[in-house]
Amino acid sequence: MLIFTLKRFALAALILFVAVTLMFLMIRAVPGDPVQIMLGPRATPELQARLTAELALDQPIFRQLIIFYGNMLQGDLGTDVFSGRAVTQIVFQQLPFTLELIFGSIIWSAALGIFLGAYAASYPNTLIDRMVAIVSVSFVAAPAFVVALLSLLLFAVHLRWFPAIGAGNGFWDRMDHLVLPSFAIGLSWVGYIARLVRASMLEVLGEHHIRTARAFGLAERRIVMVYALRIAILPVVTVIGVGMGFLLSSAVFAEIVFARPGLGKLVIDSITTRNYPIVMGSVLVSTGLFVVSTALADLVNAWLDPRARSAK
Amino acid sequence: MTDVLLEIDNLSVDYETARGDLKALRNISFDVRKAEIVGIVGESGCGKSTLISSILRLIAPNTRFRSGEIRFEGSDLLKATEREMRALRGDEISIVFQDPMQTHNPVLSVGQQMVDIQHRSKAPKGEKRENAAKMLAAVGIPDPEARLDQFPHEFSGGMRQRIAIAMALMSEPNLLIADEPTTALDATLEVQIIERLQELQREMDCAILFISHHLGVIAELCDRVVVMYAGAVVESGDIRKIFHDPKHPYTRRLIECDPGHIKTRARILPTIPGEVPDLANIPDGCIFRDRCNQATERCLSQVPPLESVGEEHMAACWLNHEEVTA
Amino acid sequence: MEKSQSEIRIILVGIAKNPLGFMGLVIVGAIVFSAIFAAWVVPYDPIEMNIRDRMQGPSWSHLLGTDQLGRDTFSRVITGGQVALKVALPAVFGAMAIGLTLGMVAGYGPKWLDNFLMLLFDTIRSFPTVMFALAVVALVGPSLQTVVLVVMATSIPTYGRVARTQTLTLRNSEFILAERSMGASMARILGVHMLPNIIGVLAVLAAMDIPTVIALEAGLSFLGLGVKPPTPSWGALLKDGYALVRQTPWLVIGGGLPIIIATLGFTFLGESLRDVVDPKLRKNQ
Repeated sequence: MLIFTLKRFALAALILFVAVTLMFLMIRAVPGDPVQIMLGPRATPELQARLTAELALDQPIFRQLIIFYGNMLQGDLGTDVFSGRAVTQIVFQQLPFTLELIFGSIIWSAALGIFLGAYAASYPNTLIDRMVAIVSVSFVAAPAFVVALLSLLLFAVHLRWFPAIGAGNGFWDRMDHLVLPSFAIGLSWVGYIARLVRASMLEVLGEHHIRTARAFGLAERRIVMVYALRIAILPVVTVIGVGMGFLLSSAVFAEIVFARPGLGKLVIDSITTRNYPIVMGSVLVSTGLFVVSTALADLVNAWLDPRARSAK
Repeated sequence: MTDVLLEIDNLSVDYETARGDLKALRNISFDVRKAEIVGIVGESGCGKSTLISSILRLIAPNTRFRSGEIRFEGSDLLKATEREMRALRGDEISIVFQDPMQTHNPVLSVGQQMVDIQHRSKAPKGEKRENAAKMLAAVGIPDPEARLDQFPHEFSGGMRQRIAIAMALMSEPNLLIADEPTTALDATLEVQIIERLQELQREMDCAILFISHHLGVIAELCDRVVVMYAGAVVESGDIRKIFHDPKHPYTRRLIECDPGHIKTRARILPTIPGEVPDLANIPDGCIFRDRCNQATERCLSQVPPLESVGEEHMAACWLNHEEVTA
Repeated sequence: MEKSQSEIRIILVGIAKNPLGFMGLVIVGAIVFSAIFAAWVVPYDPIEMNIRDRMQGPSWSHLLGTDQLGRDTFSRVITGGQVALKVALPAVFGAMAIGLTLGMVAGYGPKWLDNFLMLLFDTIRSFPTVMFALAVVALVGPSLQTVVLVVMATSIPTYGRVARTQTLTLRNSEFILAERSMGASMARILGVHMLPNIIGVLAVLAAMDIPTVIALEAGLSFLGLGVKPPTPSWGALLKDGYALVRQTPWLVIGGGLPIIIATLGFTFLGESLRDVVDPKLRKNQ
């Protein structure tokens, strides 16, 4: 298990390294003067000079690379073009709000999705099963930000059941502000997870070892919850890990629609104000988050399924 | 006869399908006495799987019990509730399945699974683990204590089958059903497992219902044998009598065609020509009629009953009848 | 050629038999039709401003009302469909073509190339899509082309991976080994024998991808980082509606509903396409 963990994190580090390099290349691959493009036509010479020095664009490429990686390793993501504050600090200040939103979404959608999927698998081809199937497909299709907007319109503006703006203060207020955005983000996930669990459960329940468990008189409840579900859930773990990217993307929209603080709002605002280092920093942090979450998903998968540890 | 443990009495089982009713078992009768080993011989489609799943009632949803009884220790299992059946499974009646590679749960350790099947006992977990380790030792798994924490994929096929046998025998059942337990293993492993099974059976005094299509193993292991063909019992009785003087054409052909039996070198191995009949369209008369080279008029129209042709020897064939009445 | 024509017919019939598939076909058909004939179908010019009639709710003259510049929402919705497809189709097919090529090369070529391509794919996939899109847009500036490019870049790894897996599986399959033993060249093997098998799987992926791509374009336009105004896009409608959500809720509905209907339609179509094609593929293999 330990070796597997080390190998997995090594892979994650490698991917992160390549991703960071890609970002580095992207800035410098743009035709024309990247600083002018980034700052736009209204940039003052002073700002231009600052950004150029900041990104070390006036140095030879080799030195740029060294400075760049050196900074990355130290956790230095650059400084804000206008205020001069450390990007790292700015980004990590906003990160918790986004994380709150993402976890809120995953928790409710995974719980409901697993329940619906296991239920449908226990009563296959009944009316309930078919209803769950249709609803699942429909939910998966609707894009998160459209659902966010429509639910904003209906539940916040029209019905006034929930607040429309911000993240709130204090535990219950924050929960209140979380409801609509995490509902919007999680909706497509419920369907996806439900279908995954259902298919997975049906497959597992047909396997021989389940027959063996029944042949020894084990209680049906234990067979479904422990013997079958533990195996059937494995794909969900991987899916959530990989879905983090999708969740981050949806979170961007949810934060804009509901005017919540977070990584998404930070990026959009920074694009508008042409504060490019912050854009880069946020993208890198969110990518790092994604890479870590896929690695974690693989590790949890290996922990739950001993077969995966020796695979590869 | 109070030492009869399991009695299959005129059992008929169908499967309801879109094509019609598949008559998987028709008027099956035989019994298993305490501490004896009864073999069931037959090719694919003879109804062995249906028989086993009927006994333990681990059946498919489209199974229909048309007639007959399955009496275990006197009471008809077909009338038992699901709860009563569950009490029997893994306790008084145990089963070892054919495929050792898929028979254990892959994500739980062997020890966990062996503790789980002792769910009826109120003993503490430590004691259950000890029982499990003892059982693993009894089937010949070295270093059992340590191996309890390993997972099924860390064992070879032969060892997994031994574990399956250990699990089945842990509750000291009255009846062990072994569904082709050595079919998926190679010959040397087969011998080892059969020997081990014999030892354990002697120790525990349990009855075994041993299903196989390997005649050599049946001859070695069993006291009595039941020969099945396409859902019917064609011959049954004492093992020596049947092997020395088979009274049904199918049994005769089976013995002739068994690779272990063939004494002369031949370029072409003998087989039984033809195919097993479609269970949804059972022909009139004897079920073996289309593949039998001695079929008579009577065979084509009347089903021969299973009747005594000697002491501890029954067969279902009109040819025997003619002899007797002639 | 005849074989593929009748195969297409078989597939279409199979889809139409499934109720959800049929709905998908109808919806997609309607969208494609209105996209092609948008100029003739729209009651008003979608970018024509009419300040006098601004911010009116739905009425008989303006089925979905007007926006803050007096433009007819309904016309913008119809034309928005055209824009959506103009982005989605080239992006998806471009990504499919490139992904297919790279994937087949990775699966059939030398190991180092395979490792390199896989690392590249995995890295691109490790960027959250929208974040990546935003990073590119910040650099290059928003436009229709940028959106197409970004969407394509983020989709290529998915097709690439699948094509690679299929190639690897087929590479060792019996009929390919037989062809090789008869001296068939690599190009022939790739083009004539592997391609038809792989394309089936990728076509299903593409059908399922289109709704994602439509949503991405709409999303970017909603953020003001997609197609440039005054080009009507469903996302842009949402943006205008959101800005004045209390006064012009019909804009949000007018922008949101078509997106949902379009994504549902393509998803149903893709799902039933997969249900029809999958068992056939398995049978052929």
